[in-house]
Amino acid sequence: MAEFASQWSVSGIVRTMFPILVVLTAIELGSGLVLDTFEGTLLQYPSLLVLVPVTIGMAGNLGSILAARFSTAFHLGLLSFAATDDRLAGNAIATVALAVTLFPLVGAGAWLLQAVIGGTALPLRTVVLVALVSGSLLAVLAIVVTTVTTYAAYRFELDPDDVVIPVVTNVCDVLGVVVLFGAVRVFV
Amino acid sequence: MTVREVALEAYRESLPVLALSAVGGLFAGVVLGGMDAELQDVAGLLVLVPALLATRGNVYGSLGARLGSALHQGLIDPTFSFDDDRINAAVAAALANGVLISGVAAVMAVALLALVGRPSAPLTTLVAIALIAGFVSGLLLTIAVVSVVFVGYRRGLNPDTLAGPVVTTTGDVVGIATLLGATRLVLALGGG
Repeated sequence: MAEFASQWSVSGIVRTMFPILVVLTAIELGSGLVLDTFEGTLLQYPSLLVLVPVTIGMAGNLGSILAARFSTAFHLGLLSFAATDDRLAGNAIATVALAVTLFPLVGAGAWLLQAVIGGTALPLRTVVLVALVSGSLLAVLAIVVTTVTTYAAYRFELDPDDVVIPVVTNVCDVLGVVVLFGAVRVFV
Repeated sequence: MTVREVALEAYRESLPVLALSAVGGLFAGVVLGGMDAELQDVAGLLVLVPALLATRGNVYGSLGARLGSALHQGLIDPTFSFDDDRINAAVAAALANGVLISGVAAVMAVALLALVGRPSAPLTTLVAIALIAGFVSGLLLTIAVVSVVFVGYRRGLNPDTLAGPVVTTTGDVVGIATLLGATRLVLALGGG
């Protein structure tokens, strides 16, 4: 009962969660530092700045949806960690398909919104290309990170619901910025 | 299920949520795109952006999950009340975590920038911006999460699947908009 009460006290919740938040914040500051190093390019081409939150968010969401699906399959005993596993392969294909569907639209949306508001310095096809290449690469990275993290949770006998989703979401956030940085360096 | 069936099901189930969060992310991006003057005035502000956005998701997403589980278990009533100790504790803890970690993020960002030898605004400026943005966004996201979880539950929707997308969609917009507001306020008060 004492354990139960502590879960619903302010200090109990803060004590459990705060150390995790500090670790996650440290990881996220790493991606902030990457953003800071190409701040000049982002300020020069605001349509790329518009892409920043959505790329971070989509990368984290692709990872967290995949992680949630893996966790559920894992709890139901439906997941085996083999490349031939239908559930693993099917979800991986869906993740790539979702990225390929949505990221070009996100790129076009970013370009269009910026064109309406402040005018753009980059052509539409460059912004769409940056978004599509970043998104496809992020989908593949999200699959790798989620599979490895879910497998690690399974090996260390941790509940994937508690561990995998925060780790995957935040790692994918960071990868979102790094991949966007790479795509901007190559295409802009 | 074959690979094809699994892939199709996953695709169909995830597309609406992802599309919705993409729209939210784009609007957050537009606000960030309009922040170029503030980003130039306050060196190091951009370093904070991913950390503050992630915090909103981590803290208020977890509040939504906690309230959702408690509703399923019958620990709290489906009608919101300020008299419920459990709800009050969960909300107060989320706000405390959200504000505290924002301040800590600003301190860590200044330390990190000093470590790698990059320019940074004074510690007090970034901490003030982070605390104000953390507090205001915390209030707004708490209202959003609590209303969606309770209203959704009463209408027979599963709060577990509802809270996540709501936080990811509104969290980015609210996170960036409050960061812009807080930066303007601190700059107007003479910080920077």
